[in-house]
Amino acid sequence: MNQRPEQKRPAVNSVWEYANPRRFIATSDRLMPWIWGGAIACLVIGLIWGFFFTPDDYRQGSTVKIIYLHVPSALMAINAWFMMLVTSLIWIIRRHHVSALAARAAAPVGLVMTLIALLTGAIWGQPMWGTWWAWDPRLTSFLILFLFYLGYIALWSAIENDDTAADLTSILCLVGSVFAILSRYAVNFWNQGLHQGASLSLDKEENVADVFYHPLLFSIAGFVLLFLGLVLLRTQTEIRARRMRALLARERLQ
Amino acid sequence: MMPELGKYAATVLSAYGVSVVLLLLLVGASIWRAKQVRGQLEQIEQRMKQDG
Repeated sequence: MNQRPEQKRPAVNSVWEYANPRRFIATSDRLMPWIWGGAIACLVIGLIWGFFFTPDDYRQGSTVKIIYLHVPSALMAINAWFMMLVTSLIWIIRRHHVSALAARAAAPVGLVMTLIALLTGAIWGQPMWGTWWAWDPRLTSFLILFLFYLGYIALWSAIENDDTAADLTSILCLVGSVFAILSRYAVNFWNQGLHQGASLSLDKEENVADVFYHPLLFSIAGFVLLFLGLVLLRTQTEIRARRMRALLARERLQ
Repeated sequence: MMPELGKYAATVLSAYGVSVVLLLLLVGASIWRAKQVRGQLEQIEQRMKQDG
């Protein structure tokens, strides 16, 4: 008897299997201890190395130590929105609930990252620029991004129907992406304002000096892993909260 | 052990203080809500199982 050889499933299909809430929770449960462990290790190494064992900058003095918080948080503030954009597009196109819930879960994390970037920027700016705030292109687009995060979270909370909320917040996310891009490239678009260009660059001349760069890489890795860990945990919570709402609605109908 | 931060000590320490507090609040709130929702869902599932 001829048996058909077992065919390998295409990789793209296996990605969509994580749209199954049970599968997502089981997989993220396995991954989370590693991600949280990595986040704590990278943050401890990056921040302790940066704070205690790096020299002062010849122009900025000891304030350069703020870079280990300011740059990673600003990076995550923008990239969290892009992650929400991707998951929102997946929701719009493929209607996977886990995807919409992952976007919802990431928003408060992105909001806190944006707030840390704004606050550390203001604290850093005061002695360097002589002001807490300036209507500089990058600072202004970051403030608008912060307001978009607030609006996004408020919109999710304001609408009772989960699918309608996911639809409307996905559209808001698409619109807000313009400001996420502006936050990153505002300095290049408008050659004015107080904020300097990017601290990280592939160009060795432009990139921050190695003595600051290496601990900064650990700190960035820590913030990325912390974001991942928080999004996985919060997505699990959103999946359970959605199931709870569905069960309660079913109970009310009986 | 403490590095010499000079005249910018208050600036650097306040940036670290604010950031650490915000990160701890975010992590704490996320863990607290995760536990709360998990417990509530288990209660509802158990109740529905008992009620048939």
